[in-house]
Amino acid sequence: MSKPTDLVQGTLCLLILKVVALQPMHGWAIAQRIRQMSGSVLQVGQGALYPSLHKLEQNGFISSEWAISENNRRAKYYTLTKAGRKALDQEAAQWERLSGAISMIVRTA
Amino acid sequence: MRLNNVFRLRLRSLFSRTTVERELDEELRYHLERQIELNLAAGMTRADARRDALQSIEGFDQRKEECRDMRGLNLLENLQKDLRFAIRQLRKNLGFTCTAILVLALGMCASVAICAFVDAVLIKPLPYRNPSRLVGVFERVAAFPQSNLSYPDYLDWKKLNSVFSSLDVYQRNGFLLTTAAGAEPVRAARVSDGFFRTLGVTPALGRDFYAGEDLPAAPRATLLSYAAWQQRYGGKRDVLGRVVTLDGAPNVIIGVLPREFHFTPAEPAEFWTALHATGSCDVRRSCHGLYGVARLKDGVSIPAALSNVTWVAQQLETQYPATNRGQGAAVAALTDVIAGDIRPILLVLLCGAGLLLLIASVNVAGLLLVRSESRTREIAVRTALGASSGRLIRQFVTEALVLVAAGSALGLASAHWAIQLLTGLISEDMMARMPFLQGLGLTVRVMALAGAISLLAAVLLSLPPSLRVWSSGMQAGLAEASRGSAGTVWRRLGSKLVVLELATAMVLLVGAGLLGKSLYRLLHVDVGLQPDRLVTMEVMAPASRYGEDPQAIALARQVMSRAEELPGVQSVGVSGLGLPMDGNGNTTWFRVLGRPWHGEHNDVPERNVSAGYFTTLGARLLRGRYFTEAEDGSKPRVAIINHTFARQFFPGEDALGKQIAHVSTSPVPIEIVGIVEDIREGPLDAAIPPVLYVPFNQETDSFFGLVVRTSQDERPLLPALAATVHKIDSGIVTVRGATMTVRINASQSAYLHRSAAWLVGGFAALALLLGVVGLYGVIAYSVSQRSREIGIRMALGAQPRSVYQLILKEAGWLIAFGVTIGSVCSVAAAALMRGLLFSVRSWDVPTLAAVAGLLSVSALLASFIPARRAASVNPVEALRSE
Repeated sequence: MSKPTDLVQGTLCLLILKVVALQPMHGWAIAQRIRQMSGSVLQVGQGALYPSLHKLEQNGFISSEWAISENNRRAKYYTLTKAGRKALDQEAAQWERLSGAISMIVRTA
Repeated sequence: MRLNNVFRLRLRSLFSRTTVERELDEELRYHLERQIELNLAAGMTRADARRDALQSIEGFDQRKEECRDMRGLNLLENLQKDLRFAIRQLRKNLGFTCTAILVLALGMCASVAICAFVDAVLIKPLPYRNPSRLVGVFERVAAFPQSNLSYPDYLDWKKLNSVFSSLDVYQRNGFLLTTAAGAEPVRAARVSDGFFRTLGVTPALGRDFYAGEDLPAAPRATLLSYAAWQQRYGGKRDVLGRVVTLDGAPNVIIGVLPREFHFTPAEPAEFWTALHATGSCDVRRSCHGLYGVARLKDGVSIPAALSNVTWVAQQLETQYPATNRGQGAAVAALTDVIAGDIRPILLVLLCGAGLLLLIASVNVAGLLLVRSESRTREIAVRTALGASSGRLIRQFVTEALVLVAAGSALGLASAHWAIQLLTGLISEDMMARMPFLQGLGLTVRVMALAGAISLLAAVLLSLPPSLRVWSSGMQAGLAEASRGSAGTVWRRLGSKLVVLELATAMVLLVGAGLLGKSLYRLLHVDVGLQPDRLVTMEVMAPASRYGEDPQAIALARQVMSRAEELPGVQSVGVSGLGLPMDGNGNTTWFRVLGRPWHGEHNDVPERNVSAGYFTTLGARLLRGRYFTEAEDGSKPRVAIINHTFARQFFPGEDALGKQIAHVSTSPVPIEIVGIVEDIREGPLDAAIPPVLYVPFNQETDSFFGLVVRTSQDERPLLPALAATVHKIDSGIVTVRGATMTVRINASQSAYLHRSAAWLVGGFAALALLLGVVGLYGVIAYSVSQRSREIGIRMALGAQPRSVYQLILKEAGWLIAFGVTIGSVCSVAAAALMRGLLFSVRSWDVPTLAAVAGLLSVSALLASFIPARRAASVNPVEALRSE
């Protein structure tokens, strides 16, 4: 039961929020989408995905409902909430600052 | 909005457990199946596809567990586990558990029950509008710091003061109610027109008095108390407008007071009549019969109000020197007027209950400490197996919580019962005088307090084992447990706890001892008469037929001669203005003739008594003679004074033969013909004032007290006496028939002292028991831990005597510490309740010594049992068992 480190978990949450912001999605699709969008660079540890989803839901950043999926089966769809949208903006800005700073150091050094 | 959602989700996670679980399963399964499909499409075999999918999410059940963690489900589950474990642990050790719960319940019961009384008397707001702005208003004379107002003074105070938004007066009163059967005495109050408006009380039915309805010109009107309305008129609404005859005068019922209304200083009262200032007393400025109640203007403090009314009183003093000389003013918060008497007693009881609760909690904490000590090994093993100290502490806290919850539940239930019991013990008459006790019970405030106590107890009880977990290293724990020497934490903390318990028990015991001694002294105070085989009764004859002197004298003579004919009766006497122990404040002003007099008021209680009064009481004549039956209005005026009177007004002189006179425009000389030893006219615990006795036949009354001495059992005499009086005239009423012994024992001061002594005594007995049991626990535990050491000593040749010494020395030190600290604390505590002690000093040495002795002996006895067990240890077994 290795717990993802804070950085990774925080990042994963950011990614989930970003992906769900486009349209309501179920867990499987979110995992696929992250992989696609990152050009297969980010292999989301699929195991870490669901705990993060549940945590985000408990905190009210995303909401869930059951709906029929593209292959005609019941799946749990996650939607970004208003609070989630705000959190996404904050997290994204934070990430921009952090990654900008890191790349600046990496380039100059 | 978001918080709302979050809260909803949390609740759902907690309470729709199965739904959440099912959805979690379905969600993960969906993911798994999609991955398997993908893998199959990529050409894997079914088994491979499945294994790969499971690998990609790193385990199905592990993920589920992680999701549960994220939802905060495990917290609850752990709590459940802890609870189950705690209950199992407690059940395993039933003796410990029952003791702990019982002791906690005991402490809880005592403190909650007393708190209910404190709440009803001191905390619950009075049933008036904005009660904190209400004050009692009094005149002030040397003999009585809070004395009555006269009606003319009241009118002037009302007019001249600038601090009250309203000032009204009331007077406790008794009427003869004319009924179909004849006459019945009823308790009533006379109030001025604005009395209820000042209090902020509106009648539940009908109307309040209108302004001016208390004047002689207005028709007489009365309000009914709610109880009187229910009992006398069946709660019918048509009671309004009915006419009742009180003391022969018709009164119209204009309204009914609310059910929750009470006004202690005038209770018990069924009829609240508008004051008609027509009586002989009402019109005289020198006749004081009323008490004031006022509402302070906004921003006016009590001291400011006092200085203003004092100024008013001074104005009246200069304006009317003949009547108002020495008449000052007094103002007190209405809450003090109502509950001032029992506040100190309640506070003492509250402290007693608090100490008992402390002892109970400390006792249980000690028990838990012993347990945690004997669980050192369990703690060490669990730590070794990976339990964090936080997790272990949570376990112990849960155990403490279970104990406290059970103890509190039991304690509350028994408190409910205890309150019923205690109120049942209050006599009906006392209850009627303390109407504020009506709301007594487990109110919201009391429950909140009980909750706070439980919380505190839970914290206190979780502390020792938690400290134990913190302080003990794992290895040390494993090693120590295997060696079995006495735990050091326990020895240090546990023995301190026992010293605390013993000291607290000592404080309670000393308190109880002092109160008990006070009560004894109070009940055995010299009352100046012989109370056994003495019967008293009050006779109320209608003034219309017996108001004139000859009528009243004839009635008194007839009653006395008829009573003397009853079997066993030896002598009979009457007293017009109250009986002994009454504390009746009927006073008179007198001056000594032949001495310079500048209008000062010598205010003394006056009693008009028959010739046989003193002999009947068994009073002791110091000098001179008693009155004769022939001394009536036609003979020269005479008087008898008590010892205090002689000492105070004739120091170093012979009072006999001196002449005094009532203060009036045409003074009639009264010759002092006798000096009698002081008789307790007032409360048992009050100083005896100078009292003036005059012949009943010279100052008559249609209401008088009857005293009868008999040679036989006095109880059957009471109904016979009442029947005799009724036979003379069925319109005459007799009330408050009682033997003198009962009068003394049931008097308010004896009553209050007795209840305080008994309750604190009960607390002290329990505290003694708990303290001694606590000491026993310490010593027994110490012996059990040292059995190996004792075994070695005995194997090496130690005699049982030295083993006794070893154990008893340990106990002796603890007892000595406890008793010493306890003595110091109890002297301090007793100083705080000095006001409740009667002719006992707060550092009463015999009481202290007796309590210290009692505590030491019982504590030594308790430690003797484990000492004997230690001395009878078989060395071989003790060594082998380890």
